[in-house]
Amino acid sequence: MGIKRQKKVRSLIIGIFAVLLTLVLIAPPLWLFISSIADLQELLRVPLRWIPERPSLERYVKILFSQGPESEFRRIMWNSFFVALFVTMICVALGSLAAYAFSRLRFPGKEKILFVLLFSYMLPPIAVIIPLYQIFSRYRMLDTRQALILVYSAILVPFVIWLMRTYFDTIPRDLEDAAKIDGCSHLGTLFRVIFPLSLPGIVATLLFAFLMSWEEFFIALILTSTPQAKTVPVAIAEFSGRHSIDFGMMSTGGILAALPPILIAFLFQRYIIGGLLSGAVKG
Amino acid sequence: MRSSRSFRRKEAYFAWLLILPAFVFIGIIIFYPMALSFYMSLFQIDLTRRAMGTPFVGLRNYLEILKSSYFWESMGRTAYFTVVSIALEMVAGFLIALLLNEKFRGRGMLRSLLLLPWALPITVDAIMWKWIFNANYGAFNALLTQIGILDSYRPWLTNPWSAMHCVIIADVWKVTPLVALLLLAGLQTIPRELYEAAVVDGATWRSYLFRILIPLLTPTFLVVLVLRTLDAFRVFDIIYIMTQGGPANATKVISFLTYQEAFKFLHFGRGAALAYIITLVVALLALMYTRTMRRQIEY
Repeated sequence: MGIKRQKKVRSLIIGIFAVLLTLVLIAPPLWLFISSIADLQELLRVPLRWIPERPSLERYVKILFSQGPESEFRRIMWNSFFVALFVTMICVALGSLAAYAFSRLRFPGKEKILFVLLFSYMLPPIAVIIPLYQIFSRYRMLDTRQALILVYSAILVPFVIWLMRTYFDTIPRDLEDAAKIDGCSHLGTLFRVIFPLSLPGIVATLLFAFLMSWEEFFIALILTSTPQAKTVPVAIAEFSGRHSIDFGMMSTGGILAALPPILIAFLFQRYIIGGLLSGAVKG
Repeated sequence: MRSSRSFRRKEAYFAWLLILPAFVFIGIIIFYPMALSFYMSLFQIDLTRRAMGTPFVGLRNYLEILKSSYFWESMGRTAYFTVVSIALEMVAGFLIALLLNEKFRGRGMLRSLLLLPWALPITVDAIMWKWIFNANYGAFNALLTQIGILDSYRPWLTNPWSAMHCVIIADVWKVTPLVALLLLAGLQTIPRELYEAAVVDGATWRSYLFRILIPLLTPTFLVVLVLRTLDAFRVFDIIYIMTQGGPANATKVISFLTYQEAFKFLHFGRGAALAYIITLVVALLALMYTRTMRRQIEY
């Protein structure tokens, strides 16, 4: 057993493992996609045909362009975008100011407040949803996008503060001091020095806030009920209950719901991986 | 001296000014309802029997829950789900991290591919696996019969034992890549020289694994462990879509039980009490998490 042969065995094992892993990662979503373009007859055939004979994008066209009942899904996707967009904006506005204070300023009780923030982020949503349901019901805000925006933002702001703070911390104080000597105010240094330098972190944070509000299910399930405010995950869940016979339509909805987050993940993968790591390891 | 003190006070005011908007907001939407939730848990609030009013019952909701078998059964199921899924995610995640720590062609691509399950919304993950495990048309049945492992299709999601494991598979598939990425980051902080020194000293692969790799990765493992326990403890979406807590309550984990109690049976009081019990458990876990973090920073 020479070293050369050992190396060969090693790279063979690595190769096999890598191929297996790739298959496991790709196969399930690929099957979801195939189901969305395959003919229903073919999906229901036993033994199953894996490669559809007549693939078509008909279901996508139906959901995205038709005027039938499927057009509901369009409206629901718009709701999701609308909610995620506003949540992201609120999170950045409130979160960046607070994160600056936590990273740069000295004040009593700082550590305790940070802990409270972290705790409120870890809280299971079920702990607050029953009273929130009643409050929104009293103010006639059930089934509105505004209610979702408020709740998501409140849950995500602590997370945003926590992440942004770790980014702000990495910026050398000297730079800030230099700006101050040049006559910049606190807020001035925030906007002119800290923001530009921590842009990758802010982008990652923004994307996380967007992704989380895009996929949130539990709160949306309870607070919304009609296409007026319903979001994509809720619609998906209904697809799987109501249209359980039309697997094609269910798969199409799933692919459409997955597209925005997957595009974001792959386009911004550098930021995302960096953000995931600093988010989990530094807290 | 005086001026520095007033400067510091000014700084504190300014800090509060910056934090206040966020804090007021979180206070209204999170902390106030949380307090209200506790208050509600002390009453018998049953919306299906409004005429009975909402009598104050003190801690009776809690006592009834803690004495009931359905609560402990669902705690047991939650614990089973948590332990099995986390064990699988850790082992598989560690193996994947070891693989990606090697140099080979396509490594970069494989690393990006790990983002795919992570980015897929949980609800989509759930319908995907529900469809795969479908009793009559599922790809899982088709695959197993076509390669000759099964001779007929099985109802995976309507059998109590397999339903729980299908749910676990859906969770493991989604989460393992994230665990792998975190562990990979931990692995990459281990200097290459340590490995070379171990090889020179004639260490076997196994002793390298147990004496160097695993001890050095322990902090990362701990963080992942607590983080994942927190998540697994509130697993809801997959259950709701794949099994609705069934068959025969086999997958009725604690968060699903609470959801049913409050929003299906409309027992708001008892639901709030259940929610509070979950919150306490999660708070304990969160405390452990911050402790772990602190110890890790000292490392």
